Amino acid sequence: MSFFNDENRKLADEIVARYPRRRSAMIPLLHLAQEQAGWITQDAMQEIASLVDSTPAEVLGTGSFYEMFKFHEVGKYVINICGTMSCQLLGADDLIHHAEERLGVKAGGTTSDGMFTLERAECQAACTEAPTLQINYRYKYRVSTTDFDRLVDQLAAGALVDEIPQHGVLARVRQSIPTDRSVGAADPADENEPPVWMISGAQLRPEGGGA
Amino acid sequence: MTLRGTPIARAPGFIANDTPRIVTSRFEYDDSYSLDRYLATGGYEGIRAALALGPEATHGEVRDATLLGRGGAGFPAGVKWGFCPPGVWPRYLVVNGDESEPGTYKDRLLMELDPHQLIEGCLIACYAVGLSQCFLYVRGEMAVAQERVAAALNEAYAAGYVGKNILGSNFSVDIVLHWGAGAYVVGEETALIESLEGNRGMPRLKPPYFPAAVGLYGMPTIVNNVETLANLPWIMNNGAAAFTQIGTESSPGTRMVAVSGHVKRPGVYEIVNGTTTFRDLIYGDDMCGGIRDDNDLKAFVPGGGSAPWFTEDQLDIPFEGRVAGSAGSMLGSGAVMVMDSTTDIPSAALTLTRFYAHESCGKCVPCREGGSWLEKILTRIVEGEGTNRDLELLMEVGQTICPGDFPHASSERLGLEAVPFPYQMTTICFVGPSAFTPVHSAMTLFRDEFEARITKRDLIPVAVIGGES
Repeated sequence: MSFFNDENRKLADEIVARYPRRRSAMIPLLHLAQEQAGWITQDAMQEIASLVDSTPAEVLGTGSFYEMFKFHEVGKYVINICGTMSCQLLGADDLIHHAEERLGVKAGGTTSDGMFTLERAECQAACTEAPTLQINYRYKYRVSTTDFDRLVDQLAAGALVDEIPQHGVLARVRQSIPTDRSVGAADPADENEPPVWMISGAQLRPEGGGA
Repeated sequence: MTLRGTPIARAPGFIANDTPRIVTSRFEYDDSYSLDRYLATGGYEGIRAALALGPEATHGEVRDATLLGRGGAGFPAGVKWGFCPPGVWPRYLVVNGDESEPGTYKDRLLMELDPHQLIEGCLIACYAVGLSQCFLYVRGEMAVAQERVAAALNEAYAAGYVGKNILGSNFSVDIVLHWGAGAYVVGEETALIESLEGNRGMPRLKPPYFPAAVGLYGMPTIVNNVETLANLPWIMNNGAAAFTQIGTESSPGTRMVAVSGHVKRPGVYEIVNGTTTFRDLIYGDDMCGGIRDDNDLKAFVPGGGSAPWFTEDQLDIPFEGRVAGSAGSMLGSGAVMVMDSTTDIPSAALTLTRFYAHESCGKCVPCREGGSWLEKILTRIVEGEGTNRDLELLMEVGQTICPGDFPHASSERLGLEAVPFPYQMTTICFVGPSAFTPVHSAMTLFRDEFEARITKRDLIPVAVIGGES
């Protein structure tokens, strides 16, 4: 039943330990699973369930609420074209229509070679750069139909692999909390004292430290 | 320490203007996100100042600064912090970095371009209120922001600014970077907490109204927006009095505003709160420089997709919550979307309504059903398949989500009774009403455009067929 490879399993344990309650690691672990396989498989859901003291059904129930998790295979590159207001005002509908024609799939579909999944996305917080799209959550700003064709050509030729990792890989820099610096996460049920610096009368004088 | 120090022309989407810079002061450096740059420009001095003052006085400083929350509701942060019930521990900080309100683009810049400023803001909040752990919830789709925040946290831990015994004091706090996964509604603070607990991101029933009383794992929890926290280092370094010198008494400081749509220079601007007007922003030479192609302004959304629309009539309104509220809308999340005279209003309204219908979590029936019906009816009107009855139906469906009078602008010109913001609602959160807002604004201000789209006759009620009975 083991799904995570050794490295990711170690990471998963580290992530779980950061939270006062294991279940809080649900979404981070779903991301980790998607990073490993490109989508969320049944095996992944089973292992996540055991890691966060839940059931596979709960993992599916929670994960399926969120747009980014895919429960079926998707393309190597997921292209999200923003269709919300500022982008729509500046031509997103035309761009989406063009993308559908260029890729030969409707929004929501995946090309037969498994390279591209096209989606109509909601606001991407890049409204001043409209129309925008994301490829595996990396932004492209002020995209014209010509830009779109060039992007697809480049991706198909493997030219942007450094800039855009395969689907599922989110941040390539991870947080890593050094054990000697970590405060640790106690379950709130086991901890009901105020933190030391809040206890009245304690005089606080920073003494050096830092960089 | 050698710093590259070459200011870049501008960050993506950002145009420097002449207003005071509180949260964007490092944006012009190409290494703005590094610890070296942060330290060379006064970084982590704010937390030192706080440690010297003590937690209560730090809280007092923030309260005196009247720092209004920058997430949308505009509630004073110092007051919100004070809602933690005494004697209940542990307390948590949850940072709302799930920026996804249509038109809003500021928190992502703050996370990508100055993550240490945000981290320092988190430290100050945790220290002041006695929050023993911080969860920094970053929207899932923001891969670069996650990388920058992760790298900054790693640097800050290594240098002793985060974790155990910060700066050699007895103040210790972990900051955990948490990923979202794509759900607009998670920006609502109780939904954010549900999501952080590993559940579907659905808003919680209220009361309790404030997570400060009952929040993460049922414990007192402060939920603050990224931009709100990013202001704290400046406030601790310069003092509340200096902060309140900028802007107005009720809306001090600056705020970041993204202006998008049909303007000459769309961008993110740091403006003076309370005094800068929409006209300054949209037409000012140091800001957006007017409407594209010198077209006329048709309408604008003043505070993110959830805000009722303004027109030329409201251009001279300043960025002051109460003024915008009595004019029938809100400043929300600092997002202005501008529509010029070429805009097809029914389509623009549909785009926003579709957003909220799509993002409904499904918990409240009026939102789940009403939102999708508003989208369906509006779609058929836009596609020329609507009837006159559909125009009334839109308003009737809206009444099931927001009973009673709905806020709108330009009442004087339209000969209508003024209705200030906010509205009545039958849902837990603002997603449902927000699906109706663009419909109501567009129908109130530009009803003729909808009528022009009606090409079908109304269906004749069955009872009428056959004449007299």
